[in-house]
Amino acid sequence: MKIRPGRVVLHVFLATTCLVTLAPLLWALYASLRTYDDTNRNGYFSWAENLTLENFGNAWTQADLPHYYLNTLLITVPALVLVLLLSSMVAYGVSRFSFKFNIALLMLFTAGNLLPQQVVVTPLYRLYLLIELPDWMSESGLLLDSQLGLVLIHVAFQSGFCVFVLSNYMKTIPHELGEAARVDGAGVFRQYWQVILPLCRPALAALATLEFTWIYNDFLWALVLIQTGDKMPITSALQNLKGTFFTDNNLMAAGSLLVALPTLVVFFVLQRQFVGGLTLGSTKG
Amino acid sequence: MSGVTVVQDKAFGGTDPGGAAASPPPRRRTRRRATALPSGDKLVLALMLGVPSLVHVLFVWVPSLGSVALSFSSWDGIGGFEDIEWVGFQNYVDIFTRYPRFWPALQHNLIWLAFLLVVPTVAGLLLAVLLDRQLRFGRLYQSALYLPMVLSLALVGFIWQLIYQPEQGLLNNLLGTAETNPTNWLGDPDINLYAVLVAAAWRHTGYIMLLYLAGLKSVDPALKEAAALDGANAFQTFTRVTFPVLKPVNIVVLVVTVIEALRAFDIVYVVNKGRNGLELLSVLVTDNIIGESSRIGWGSALAVILLLISLGFIITYLFQVFRKEERA
Repeated sequence: MKIRPGRVVLHVFLATTCLVTLAPLLWALYASLRTYDDTNRNGYFSWAENLTLENFGNAWTQADLPHYYLNTLLITVPALVLVLLLSSMVAYGVSRFSFKFNIALLMLFTAGNLLPQQVVVTPLYRLYLLIELPDWMSESGLLLDSQLGLVLIHVAFQSGFCVFVLSNYMKTIPHELGEAARVDGAGVFRQYWQVILPLCRPALAALATLEFTWIYNDFLWALVLIQTGDKMPITSALQNLKGTFFTDNNLMAAGSLLVALPTLVVFFVLQRQFVGGLTLGSTKG
Repeated sequence: MSGVTVVQDKAFGGTDPGGAAASPPPRRRTRRRATALPSGDKLVLALMLGVPSLVHVLFVWVPSLGSVALSFSSWDGIGGFEDIEWVGFQNYVDIFTRYPRFWPALQHNLIWLAFLLVVPTVAGLLLAVLLDRQLRFGRLYQSALYLPMVLSLALVGFIWQLIYQPEQGLLNNLLGTAETNPTNWLGDPDINLYAVLVAAAWRHTGYIMLLYLAGLKSVDPALKEAAALDGANAFQTFTRVTFPVLKPVNIVVLVVTVIEALRAFDIVYVVNKGRNGLELLSVLVTDNIIGESSRIGWGSALAVILLLISLGFIITYLFQVFRKEERA
C-alpha cells in the first residue's frame, strides 16, 4: 500500500485528539492505582513506585458503595421499564390512529422533554410534600424522600423524549400489519403488544441504553427529592461521600471510576444502541 | 438506524400524503379509523393514551405552570396555600434591581451558552468531517471521542478536579507552574467559569460530533461528485454544498446546546456549590429549595426567567419538527 502524507497527518491529528480526550480518565485511573504514601511523598506528577488495586477495594467497602449501587438499581430498573411501557403506548396511539389531538399531544411531550428541570423542581418539591403514601411504600410517609417519587419524575420527564422517538419509529411500520391483526379479531391492545411492540425492538433497545445512562447519571432530581443520605442513588451520593469517606485523591479517583463503571460497561457493550438512540431522536433529556 | 436524526423531516415525510409513494394509504386511513373502532377498543386506547399523559402532565406541566403562578407570590413554604400572599411582579422587580447574584448568574449562563455554541460545535463538526470517510481505526477514534458522553456531569466535575488542583493537578504540572506560581483554576473567580466550561465542552463535543456524523452520512454523495466535477475544491464543496444540506442538524445542535447550557447545574454544584464565580440561574433556583433560604415565590420567579429564555428555542424547534406534520 502506498502511504499518502495527507492520511498520515490526519491519523496523527485524530490519534492525538483521542489521547487528549481520554487523558482526564487515564489520569484518574493512574491516580487511583497509586498508594497514598507514594503520592504523598512524590506528588501525583511522578512515576508510580508501584501500582495496586487497593484503593478500589477501600472505596468499595469504606463508602459502602454496594448499598448505593442497590439504591440506583431500585430506581433505574422500574423507571426504565415504566417509561418504555408508557411511552410506547402513547406512541402507538398517536402513530397508528388519526385523532385530532395527535400533534398537540406529541408537541406536549416533546416540549415537556425540553424544559429545564429547574422550572419543574420547586413546585414539584411542594407537590411531593403534599402527597401522602402508606408507610410500607415510604418511610417518610410522603412522596418526598421516597424512591417511588424519584421513579415517577424520571418516568414523567423522560417520557417526552421516548414518545417522540418511538412515534417516529412506529410511523415507519406499515399499516397493513395492524390491519391484518385487526381483521383476525385482535383488539387494539393485542395489536400493540403482539404486533407493533415486537417490531420496535431496535428502537426500544436503543432507548433503553440511553435512558439507563441518563437515569443513572441523574443528579438534580435525587439531590432535591431525596433527603436521607442513605437513600441517595450513587451519582448524587458521591457528593456526600467526598470528604467523609474518600479522604485522599487516590481514593476519590477510585470511587469516581467505580461510579462511572456501569455506564462505561454499557457504553462499551452497547455502543451501537447508544449512538443509534441519540441519532434516532436527537433531542436530549 | 443512524441518520434518522438529520432526516427527522424525512421520517415524518414518510406519512406525508404529499410524498410520492405513500399517497394512497393515508387517505383511506383517515376515514376508516375514526369510525370503525369498537367501544371496548376505544376505552383501551383512552387508557393507553390517558394514563401516560396524566403522569407527564401532573409531574412536568403542572409544576411548570405552578412555577409561573408562584412566581407572583411571596411564600416561604410554611403553612398551607391559604397563607400565600400575592405580590404581582414584585419578585421580578426585586430580582432585576436588588439581587446581587442575579446579573452575574445570567451573565454566566450566557457565557456558558456562547462557549458551548462555539467550541464543541466547531470541534465536533471538524471531527465529524474528518471521520466521515473510509478510514482505518475510524471506529476506534469515534469510540474514544464519544466516551466522555456517558459520564454524568457530576462525575466530570470530580474527574476534572484531579486535573485542576493547584499543586497536585495535571495541568499546572504540565505547564511547569505547580511549584513556582500555581494557578488556582477552580478557586479563582476570574477563571473558574472557563475551567469548568472546558470540562463541560469536553463532554459535549462527542455528542455534537455524533449528530453531525449522522447528518453527513445522509448527504447524497452525488451532490459532492457534481460539485467536484464543476471544479470545486474540498473546502468549497463543504461550505457551498455539504453545510447547507446540514441545516436540520444545525437546528438540532442549537436546541440541544441551548437546553444543555440552561440546565447546567451538576458540575458547578460539585465543584463549589455554584459560588464564587460559578453562579448560574439553576443554582439560584435550587438554593431556594435545598439551600439556606426557602423562598418559594422567589425561586419560582427565577425559574420562570429561565423558562422564558428557553421558550424561544423550544418553540423554534417544535416548529421545525412539526411543520411537515401539520400539513399532513
